[in-house]
Amino acid sequence: MTKNIMIVCVGGQGTLLASRILGNVLIGEGYDVKVSEVHGMSQRGGSVVTYVRYGEAVASPIIEEGEADMILAFELLEALRALPFLKEGGKMLVNRQKIDPMPVITGAAEYPNGAETELVEKANAQVLDALSLAKTAGNAKAVNVVLIGALAKATDIPYDKWTDAIRSTVPEKFLESNLKAFALGYEGGK
Amino acid sequence: MKKLLLGNAAVARGAYEAGVRVVSSYPGTPSTEITESMVPYSEVNLEWAPNEKVAAEVAIGAAIAGARSMSCMKHVGMNVMADPLFTVRYTGVTGGLVFCVADDPGMHSSQNEQDSRHYAKASKTVMLEPSDSAECKAFTKAAFDLSEEYDTPVLLRLSTRVSHSQSLVEEEPRADIPVRPYEKNIQKHVMMPAAARGRHVVVEEGQAKLAEFAETTSFNRREDNASDIGVITSGAAYQYAKEALGNQVGYFKLGMVYPLPTQALLDFAKDYKTVYVIEELDPFIEEHCRAIGMKVRGKECFSLLGEYTAAQIKKAVLGTEPVKTVKSESTLPPRPPVMCAGCPHRATFYVLKKLGLTVSGDIGCYTLGAVAPLASVDSTICMGASVSAAFGMAKAQGPEFNKKLVSVIGDSTFMHSGITGLIDIVYNKGANTVIILDNSITGMTGHQDNPTTGFTIRREPTRQVDLEALCHAVGVDRVSVCDPFDLKAFEALVKQEVAADEPSVIIAQHPCALLKTVKLSGRCVITDACKNCKACMKLGCPAISVRDGKVEIDASQCNGCGLCVGVCPFNAIKKED
Repeated sequence: MTKNIMIVCVGGQGTLLASRILGNVLIGEGYDVKVSEVHGMSQRGGSVVTYVRYGEAVASPIIEEGEADMILAFELLEALRALPFLKEGGKMLVNRQKIDPMPVITGAAEYPNGAETELVEKANAQVLDALSLAKTAGNAKAVNVVLIGALAKATDIPYDKWTDAIRSTVPEKFLESNLKAFALGYEGGK
Repeated sequence: MKKLLLGNAAVARGAYEAGVRVVSSYPGTPSTEITESMVPYSEVNLEWAPNEKVAAEVAIGAAIAGARSMSCMKHVGMNVMADPLFTVRYTGVTGGLVFCVADDPGMHSSQNEQDSRHYAKASKTVMLEPSDSAECKAFTKAAFDLSEEYDTPVLLRLSTRVSHSQSLVEEEPRADIPVRPYEKNIQKHVMMPAAARGRHVVVEEGQAKLAEFAETTSFNRREDNASDIGVITSGAAYQYAKEALGNQVGYFKLGMVYPLPTQALLDFAKDYKTVYVIEELDPFIEEHCRAIGMKVRGKECFSLLGEYTAAQIKKAVLGTEPVKTVKSESTLPPRPPVMCAGCPHRATFYVLKKLGLTVSGDIGCYTLGAVAPLASVDSTICMGASVSAAFGMAKAQGPEFNKKLVSVIGDSTFMHSGITGLIDIVYNKGANTVIILDNSITGMTGHQDNPTTGFTIRREPTRQVDLEALCHAVGVDRVSVCDPFDLKAFEALVKQEVAADEPSVIIAQHPCALLKTVKLSGRCVITDACKNCKACMKLGCPAISVRDGKVEIDASQCNGCGLCVGVCPFNAIKKED
């Protein structure tokens, strides 16, 4: 049975690293893996979605509505947008951060009120402040690795497998802060 | 050990393993990473060319001179290199020649949704289409052999989901394929009418042989299942169909999409009651099936637009309703791409909007100058059209209109095909103003070097094209350089240049904010002097927004470019270190 993990964020928040770590861990576990990303224009501050699928033999690289076993959301509005993709009983991990899209900035639209409450009600989402955890780890850019930590906790893949994948993906000078960020996310995860 | 590789990286690996020696490309999403992934392969002579036509011609020359060669491009890039494509089919190759073309169904990062398969038919070449990274590598390798065996360039068609999906690939060693000796052969290589007539005969003979090959090639395969339904498909659509229909249908999976087999497809159709053709974009395979007398279901069930999903296919073929999903109660504002905080293009468009100019736009990050609130760009067609189309606008509307008209074009795009438009303006006595947005890099595709940056693809220093000298050399006397962040000077300069009765070029020079060499520091903060006039909101900066009626600058997004400091009429924004 193919499992589906979806990562949603605002272009520039660094999901490419998150999906690379995840992909490496899953190959190590012996799965067939497909990771689908979108490059180019949408990376300029637009909605960005990455699909990670694994299992015995994965066909489509895309996750469709109602199929995600897990959604990792880097931002609240993007989490709301991803709701229809969540499978019944699927898990949602959300970073408590709001980034206004341009239509909100220009006043043409409003940022939805009560996003966090709705996510908890509708999807039993686990919301964490990944930005402050990343800052505690000494690297505000490590929001992605904090969230990977929280996700790791929700899987039955051993802790060391994740830290090995981080060691082989993250450049030496950011390694320590990223390992710390991972640990904080892992502790914060359920 | 299998590795997780992007489809594009797998194409690069396949070419490397096939012994490719020369690769020349121009970047374009979703094809860029093919060429970028070859940087570590030191055996390969690798380059970014100024445009796809030049890139293809470099590869063609290398192939005629005996080396295995490749050129990679996005779908619209194939339009640019179509001229040599059609004729190199006549000359044939000596070393294997492969052209990779990446289509963009759904237009994630493109200005149109064209289907490049038509080029294979029109140029009478061969086209392979892989459906995952393992096939990307295998098909690329095989493409070089096929090219040499049939003496033709081979096209490799990718699409966004194949190019930008990672799946498992087994790496193998590089084959040692020596460069073949160069032989002068006027009848084969000089395409003047007398020789070309002879070569056209050879092309048609070759196509007949390739059509035979299509009947039996292992690029195409049947996956039969006990079912009444058969599906003919290829590329990404094959993966969606497999996801949707699993073993409930039989498949004819096409890896070679041109030429298409005839008898093999007719035989497949005999074994299934209902046959569907599932292909994204145009009914390319479907029309072939109908032409050979098959009864198939195709575009009456599936869209001509965008990417397919497994859910759509399930619904169309099996009648399965999509699963019920949870949705937010709120109206969710869209999140379109925007120019980054600190982007120099924002300064340029702020001034152009303020002056109320008509802006003939081009392809690059700065196409986002059409997005609210700046909404400054009036038209965008293709690479280079900002310059030539503005000349046409001036011809249509006259000299007064031209005094309120500018072209905006990036440094790389100007090298690609803007310079020819500028020559037209000079030659035909135009008086247009062209603004070259020189941010020292090819931005949108993710920071590739180009002839104006002074570095090669492998970051070796090289002779840098001097934009000022170049514009002077083609006959533009009024060439000026200005940093658009110097808002007052830039505004005065634009006013002065559009008013001139002769052609002018303004080089708006400021590096991309995302470049690693650019050290932006500090941040902008709003002080008590703020009257909440919202003049800064006109910039469309992602770091500035209104919360509870008050303007705020988000410290985590601001990189201290200081543009807002300059536009505030009350000096209420200060830059802090």
